Amino acid sequence: MTNVADATPVPGQAQPPARTSLRDLIAQTEIDLRLFGMLIAFVLILITFNVISGGKFFSPNNMVTLAVQAAGIAIIATGMVLVIVSRNIDLSVGSLVGVIAMTYALLMTNILPDILGLPADFPFRWAIALAIGIALGAAIGALQGFIIAYIGVPSFIVTLGGLLSIRGIVWYLSSGAAVSGLDANFQLLGGGAQGSLGGPLTWALAVVGCIAIIALLISGRRQRRRFGFPVRPMWAEVLIGVVGCLIVVGVANFANNNFWPEGLADRVAAQQNWGPKPEGGWRIPAGLPNPLILLLGVTIVMTWLATRRRFGRYVYAYGGNPDAAELAGINTRREILKTYVLMGVLCALAAAIASARLNGATLDVGQSYELYVIAAAVVGGTSFAGGIGTIPGAVLGAFVLASLAYGLSFIGVNSPGQNVVAGIVLILAVGFDTLNRRRGTVGSSR
Amino acid sequence: MTAVAAPPIVEMRDINVAFGGVHAVRDVTIDLKAGEVVGLVGGNGAGKSTLMRVLSGARPADSGEILVDGKPVSITNPRDAKFYNIETIYQTLALADNVDAPGNVFLGREITTRLGSLDDSSMESETRKVMGRLNPNFTRFKMPVRTLSGGQRQAVAIARAVYFNAKVMIMDEPTAALGPAETSQVRNLIRQLKGEGIGIFLISHDIHDVFDLSDRISVMYHGQIVDTVAKDSVTPDEIVSMIILGKRPDEATEKELEQLELHT
Repeated sequence: MTNVADATPVPGQAQPPARTSLRDLIAQTEIDLRLFGMLIAFVLILITFNVISGGKFFSPNNMVTLAVQAAGIAIIATGMVLVIVSRNIDLSVGSLVGVIAMTYALLMTNILPDILGLPADFPFRWAIALAIGIALGAAIGALQGFIIAYIGVPSFIVTLGGLLSIRGIVWYLSSGAAVSGLDANFQLLGGGAQGSLGGPLTWALAVVGCIAIIALLISGRRQRRRFGFPVRPMWAEVLIGVVGCLIVVGVANFANNNFWPEGLADRVAAQQNWGPKPEGGWRIPAGLPNPLILLLGVTIVMTWLATRRRFGRYVYAYGGNPDAAELAGINTRREILKTYVLMGVLCALAAAIASARLNGATLDVGQSYELYVIAAAVVGGTSFAGGIGTIPGAVLGAFVLASLAYGLSFIGVNSPGQNVVAGIVLILAVGFDTLNRRRGTVGSSR
Repeated sequence: MTAVAAPPIVEMRDINVAFGGVHAVRDVTIDLKAGEVVGLVGGNGAGKSTLMRVLSGARPADSGEILVDGKPVSITNPRDAKFYNIETIYQTLALADNVDAPGNVFLGREITTRLGSLDDSSMESETRKVMGRLNPNFTRFKMPVRTLSGGQRQAVAIARAVYFNAKVMIMDEPTAALGPAETSQVRNLIRQLKGEGIGIFLISHDIHDVFDLSDRISVMYHGQIVDTVAKDSVTPDEIVSMIILGKRPDEATEKELEQLELHT
């Protein structure tokens, strides 16, 4: 993928020396080249489909739908990175999403009102259901993780067994029926016009995002100065800050150009007495959808866990050299167990999005998620050799695959055709990595 | 040589280790004093590394006793050994290749902020200090150690042991993978550490190294200690004959010694 970045020509500077200096310039910004390349690939995909569809693809509405579709996969992929980095695999995520989604549905239609006696208008029912789902995910993850880490059964086998048996349990939970009718508040987790931040909050979040970017850059620089380490050149810091803030503001502005559907706006306006309808109808900005906010939070927390906490350091060290981690006195079994607990929690979050969008659960919620999640992590640069992979990379990987699938369906390619392309892209991405690693150009591991 | 009367800082008594039916270490007793280098020599499979893995906590003994400063201790995993300031430099170096030098030096013993997050800047700063002593030319603090040369990787592995105030250091073939210049660097370092009062177990195939650096030499053969001798009381030839025959020179028959002459 670095090839994409390297090959980007600078206008009027086609000579070989300019090429090396471009490489140097990029190196000075200390940007992860692979991530940068993937970002460019993602943008190229969007542009390509936009051109093919005659400018219809790249609309706020389409992009928000794409983001919501990618969010669930991306959330689980952040955890899959850590599982694969530590030389394991988790094939059970799809079934886990299925069983937890069904649990949410049963909780809200059956268990909470009838057995626990919490009426439909009980406050924070959505949060109670979510907490129970997360606890269930963590428990199943802990059980699988225990068998893998402490008993030593290969993760492929344990989670393959999980894939089969947990999907079977979904059937028993609902006696084979689909269950529908979730809390209105819970449904907001799935996005949609009302399940979005709205205009003002989206702008507020953008401002917070920009402040965070600048604060991180300043504190990082100050920290390195304090210890007398080399720092990035000032122009690179400013460039990263400006580009980062522009992206944040651009995304917020884009999302705020996605307006509530007219029918919904009219209905809510009538309910809440917004007054007379303005000329040209209500223009209510929907803003960023809730699943995307959830993904943003998960990405930040998971990146923090992976890079700033002992847990992450140990997972990567174990993946790089299991013996070294063991001899360094790390309790490697406990760390492996934790990665599976984390997977259970992430599956519970993804299940919340999936069931909220469906307003219920069917028997096949989450089916084949494991494949898309693993593909996202791998396209995002996670290596099955262990020790290599990044969480932002996996999120971007999920978006690359989702944009391909959504774009292809948008221009009328059917689902088998989409699978053909997704499969080829998966192999190409890993092929690029393999070649790059052989040439030794991919240096960073985190 | 030094501190003859001082009590040993570490003592292993009657250690036994068996892998299945193979008795890898058999009733071995060995000790080490502060500021002393004990060379551990023997053929392949003689049990040197296994014995040292017991002391470093990588593989618990089946029976036997370990004493630190004269007190019996229990070492069942690497954390225990590190708790008693017993540090090991493994032949394989045991580095996480995808992690940078500070990450490896502090692996398992990270410096954290008050909130428990990794304090990478402090760890880098400390690593810069200790590497400044070991290998002043080292600058690649942000690179995964897989990108480093053999000598640099060795320096990282040694820095890890030195930084945490080792009292006992186990070095398993510390120069096996190094070029001549780097080898002499490691030798100087061993003398320096010895001068600081650190006790060192030195496993080596290189009889030169062992004679150059050790105060005493223990020879192992088929899991047992043949003898532990003061370096000044033996010749390299005698050590070689002990390694090959598994007998003290005075026990070996004329015929065996003659055969040895023919072989060497």
